[in-house]
Amino acid sequence: MWLDLGIKLGVSALVLGGVLNFAGMQTWLERKQSALMQDRIGANRAYFTLPWGWAAPINWLLRKLGGIGILNALADVLKLLTKEDFIPAQGDRFLHTLAPFLSVFFAVLAFAAIPIGPDVQLFGRTIPLQVANINAGLLAVLALGSLGVYGVILAGLVSGNNLATLGGLRAASQVIAYEIALGVSLVGTIICFGSLDLPTIVARQGVLLWGWLPRWGVFLQPLGCIVFVTAGLAHTKRVPFDLPEAEPEIIGYFTEYSGMKFGLFFLTDFVEVVLVSALTATVFFGGWQVPYLTPAGFQFPWGSSIPVSPLAYVGFGLLSFTAKVVAFIWFFMLIRWTLPRFRYDQLMHLGWKILFPLSLANIAVTGIVAVMTR
Amino acid sequence: MTSLSDQLLHRIRDAHKRRKLTWWERTYLPAVARGLWLTSGHFWRNLFLHLAHRVGLFRDVPAAVTIQYPDERRKTALRMRTRHRLMKREDGTPRCVACMMCETVCPARCIYIVAGEHPDPNVEKVPKSFDIDLGKCVYCGYCVEACPEDAIRMDTQRHDIAAYSRDGMWLDIKELLNPGTRAFDTAPQKFIQLSVDAFKRLPPTPEPPPPGLPAPRSARQAGTSIAPSA
Repeated sequence: MWLDLGIKLGVSALVLGGVLNFAGMQTWLERKQSALMQDRIGANRAYFTLPWGWAAPINWLLRKLGGIGILNALADVLKLLTKEDFIPAQGDRFLHTLAPFLSVFFAVLAFAAIPIGPDVQLFGRTIPLQVANINAGLLAVLALGSLGVYGVILAGLVSGNNLATLGGLRAASQVIAYEIALGVSLVGTIICFGSLDLPTIVARQGVLLWGWLPRWGVFLQPLGCIVFVTAGLAHTKRVPFDLPEAEPEIIGYFTEYSGMKFGLFFLTDFVEVVLVSALTATVFFGGWQVPYLTPAGFQFPWGSSIPVSPLAYVGFGLLSFTAKVVAFIWFFMLIRWTLPRFRYDQLMHLGWKILFPLSLANIAVTGIVAVMTR
Repeated sequence: MTSLSDQLLHRIRDAHKRRKLTWWERTYLPAVARGLWLTSGHFWRNLFLHLAHRVGLFRDVPAAVTIQYPDERRKTALRMRTRHRLMKREDGTPRCVACMMCETVCPARCIYIVAGEHPDPNVEKVPKSFDIDLGKCVYCGYCVEACPEDAIRMDTQRHDIAAYSRDGMWLDIKELLNPGTRAFDTAPQKFIQLSVDAFKRLPPTPEPPPPGLPAPRSARQAGTSIAPSA
């Protein structure tokens, strides 16, 4: 029993560590990727050295890391931790403090249902690489993801600031407009794979279509994938859907936040980007599946096969999932630095009049095709 | 019936009307795809070039348009007017004869000269002090054009001028004769008067770099690079 608990804690530590590191490194990715896209160099100055003689190799490494701007993330955290934690006089002290924690809590909790790799067989024990095996995992992820907006709305309402309230209200209306399309766009996938259980969905994407194409969600549900990615992007509250924060118009729901509380909202955004990336990879891009890789080894459509040991299979799975998540984070960052922000009416138009009917039509077509091909 | 000019006018107006978007264009997807294509193209190109520069390839193709300012300097234009300097005779005294032409012509009135006597009867006069208030100077170059002795030039290729106070913006005669010797955070010796013997004891002045090349560092900046050697 204690061993089971220990294993679960180990898996949670792996997931949580991965998520938080991905979220933290996104500050670096954001700086450097935007710089490369705009023909700049980006962060390359922040570094520190240790004063002792034996630390010379460490200092060399620190200089190199500073030269590519990674240590800026550390400087950011130091700055945020040492800044004044300001609570406005007209705000609610308790709720004002609660809001950022609520926001980041639900975003991180949603990762519990996402399988990050195949089952590990160790010492006669089967360890699933998933924190909580919820049999309606997809619903749990969507529900927890939607709950995350409570922190944002709360932050807007209890700050006692009109601009923050506007930001909170915008977040609420945006989430309602997109969360529906987000959920409905997944119904087609649920029809295709016949399950709400995320490990089952991933397992059913491991087979081949017509003998050569991986049976990934994106090939079965291309429209559903586009709608899901768009709505997911809106869910992360980043440009072009950053209406709740929209710095040039209203400063956003975190107007009255400073220091690490503001940092937590920032972290939530990045965690949600990781969440949407992980969910897109899981539902539409085969999760941890590698194309043509079965537990027995690689089996290519032209007949050749390479045997792979069970542990290497797990390694490939973890690597594949990580690569897919990183690719999606990169893609979302690319969109964030390419497209301008939507106007409020354009946002509502896109959410209610385009994405929602599209996802409904997708269900109808998928249903008909599913019945005909059964 | 409309006249020809009216028809032309209508045609021009029609041509300037915003074209109606097709159904495919109104989905916004092609525009998004084109934008992403452009930005990701820049991303991969610059990433490749940065990595290639690390291993010493394609050094002549820049990966970024930015200049890392204190570490790298931009080339100045050939005709650029930069900070002033006073020319010296071979014996170290200023070439200036304190004729007050530059002080008179200066539209900003930023030049202050105190004339003194030169021991050489052929020279007659020499400035005891020569001060320029760069806080007032408009870099018009009239002083250079007015000078009959070619004693003042604006070719030091120094254009980064920083000071903590207005008084710090002054150039005293020592700094004018030896540009770049005073660090920006030390105060100038305003209106300091030097004798002819003192002029001769000043250190020799190196020639400024030829125009078009990156400017030299100031005394304080030299050798204190803050950038890690990445």
